[in-house]
Amino acid sequence: MKTLMLGNEAVARGLYEAGCCFVSSYPGTPSTEITECVAKYEEIYAEWAPNEKVALEAALGASLAGKRSFCAMKHVGLNVAADPLFTISYTGVNAGLLIGVADDAGMHSSQNEQDSRHYARAAKIPMLEPSDSAEALRFARLGYELSERFDTAVLIKMCTRVSHSQSVVEPGERILPEPKKYEKNPGKYIMMPANAKNRHPVVEARTRELTAWAETADINRIEQGTDNSLGIITSSTCYQYVKEAFGDTYPVLKLGMIWPMPERMIRDFAAGVERLVVVEELDGFIEDHCRSLGLSVSGKELFPNIGELSQNLVREKLGRAVQTGPVLEERIPARPPVMCAGCPHRSIFYVLKKLKLTVMGDIGCYTLGAVAPLGAIDTTVCMGASVSGLHGFVKAGDEESAGRTVAVIGDSTFIHSGVTGLINIAYNESNSTVIILDNSITGMTGHQQNPTTGYNLKGDPCTKIDLESLCHAVGIRRVKVVDPYDMEACQRVISQELSVREPSVIISRRPCALLKYVKHPGPISSDPEKCRGCKACMNIGCPAISMEDGKAKIDATLCVGCGVCKQLCRFDALGSQE
Amino acid sequence: METKNIMIVGVGGQGTLLASKLLGRLLLGRGYDVKVSEVHGMSQRGGSVVTYVRWGERVCSPIIDKGEADCILSFELLEAARYTEYLKPGGRIIVNSQQINPMPVIAGMADYPQKLEEKLGTLGINVDALDALALAEEAGSSRAVNLVLMGRLSRHFDFTQEEWMDAIEHSVPPKFLEMNRKAFALGANS
Repeated sequence: MKTLMLGNEAVARGLYEAGCCFVSSYPGTPSTEITECVAKYEEIYAEWAPNEKVALEAALGASLAGKRSFCAMKHVGLNVAADPLFTISYTGVNAGLLIGVADDAGMHSSQNEQDSRHYARAAKIPMLEPSDSAEALRFARLGYELSERFDTAVLIKMCTRVSHSQSVVEPGERILPEPKKYEKNPGKYIMMPANAKNRHPVVEARTRELTAWAETADINRIEQGTDNSLGIITSSTCYQYVKEAFGDTYPVLKLGMIWPMPERMIRDFAAGVERLVVVEELDGFIEDHCRSLGLSVSGKELFPNIGELSQNLVREKLGRAVQTGPVLEERIPARPPVMCAGCPHRSIFYVLKKLKLTVMGDIGCYTLGAVAPLGAIDTTVCMGASVSGLHGFVKAGDEESAGRTVAVIGDSTFIHSGVTGLINIAYNESNSTVIILDNSITGMTGHQQNPTTGYNLKGDPCTKIDLESLCHAVGIRRVKVVDPYDMEACQRVISQELSVREPSVIISRRPCALLKYVKHPGPISSDPEKCRGCKACMNIGCPAISMEDGKAKIDATLCVGCGVCKQLCRFDALGSQE
Repeated sequence: METKNIMIVGVGGQGTLLASKLLGRLLLGRGYDVKVSEVHGMSQRGGSVVTYVRWGERVCSPIIDKGEADCILSFELLEAARYTEYLKPGGRIIVNSQQINPMPVIAGMADYPQKLEEKLGTLGINVDALDALALAEEAGSSRAVNLVLMGRLSRHFDFTQEEWMDAIEHSVPPKFLEMNRKAFALGANS
């Protein structure tokens, strides 16, 4: 029966139908729902791993044990998993191994817009690229066939518009292949130099075989047009933009496998059109391939290598008129994302700003601590970089700067890759102060469990990593716990830990205000009689507080009663419960 | 038929995703090709959010571009003003007149534009403004704004009452069904 499915949900369905038995992932927008949807199938073991490297290695282990396996990550997660990725290319697989990676052109929720297709070529691992949900399902199934036929891991590359758009799919039945027996094969699985030297030629031969397959594969197809003055090579969501803009006017070569790419098919296509254009997001990946074949082609001279494309952009750059709607002549203020009312991160950033500290930031909801009026973060690079960056900053800076610099990192991010930085702080003895913002969940990606929450992906109780013990165990003697809603205590503890000359960790602990089990006291009220309009309460950037006629006003539909604003009011105008 | 396009815009957390789920069900029931595109992640934290709903014989792009929307369904007044450029000539905006201050306004760095409803009316587009929040509260919950707006939308598209009711039943939890039906009716008839 036809149904609407999110691209990510369709990948999960494809995994199910292909008989996948093991999934290990780390959440990251826009990839997260693949694993969340997989977790709903009882037949598939699924887990959140501490990071993408662990997830991919676990998936390889499951493949070697003989079960079809999978792991998903966002584009930057593939950087973390790159180490196993490049050598898995040499080992190949036992049962099929599929790796989902979701790019985020336009950076809807990411720190860069790297183009993951380069990884396929660099690691010499084939990459499939679906353009809608039906293909996401079909390509996930096909991925396992290719993986086992060519003895290779297979990448399936998603992007925000394919991952997060729903389109029509027709689900099929699950087919469970016989588990493949694990057999010792040191020459294939022990990648020390003598063996790896023998495996590299196998990888190159495999690439030649895959290239030959690409020439005849039906996922690479030529769609004839009525006007051969222009021929377009494209893939992924860009294929949809091209079809939206031109329908079946121009011939289109649609690539379903983006690496390795066919050669003869592209040459034949080019020979049949007067002008060859590549339409692709981010880098000129297909275009470079065409050039390497000696073809005359345009691509990035027309289309930007920054941000997303769209049907209007395709129309405009290929000579069609575009008509847009009316624009209001009015300054429309931006509406950036904000920390939620009651967010436990808010008060910590207020204190850090008040103390005028340099703050090494990290990846999560708390990156919003960089935004006005809090504006309390100095750096954000990648997962874990706050802790390791702080160490370098403190070591290279003067003694005074050590007393004025901290790192902030969330619970999930700390487990992902902050703990190794903390080990470096302990081992190489920097006078660093790390604040772990423990909100007991992976927040930004939409509430995923992690090793510190005591629950697993399926929602069952499990071993809970104790952050205090972990910090002690890696050699940090000073570990303090504070309640972020108590700003006076936060300020006291942060000042104290900055003043001591040894590494310390402060755990700011309070669950995310959006968690269903969190009970809030309920909205507070403001007293216009007492309010002097000093705007002290406005400095925390709470969406529930605004000024009306010079007086602070609380939006009772948003306020949860965290009481942080109350601590800032010198006139007792905030706080009486309604 | 030509592909139809509805943009649903609002503030992260207002329930725009339920509206798109409901429309998806409705349209698929008619046998159309349908695409619904959403944004997840950071924008959902109180930011400006957009959902694209497209249907027809063959829908390619998952997004709606400038100049393509038949209708913008806006959960908030400022968000309606932000996206007028996406309307087709003669397009329609259905807008909840509720105002939610964005952070730059709260922080005193920008002003919430005045008289937006009137100004939208000068653009040569159809503007249908209603206080969906008040109607939702009348139906029983401020969270039913999405169903009030669906009700208003039903005036402009050719679907039967039975089709709408089927889509509502399959999109909201049973215990809130009556309240949501009421909200839908208030939006359609007020």
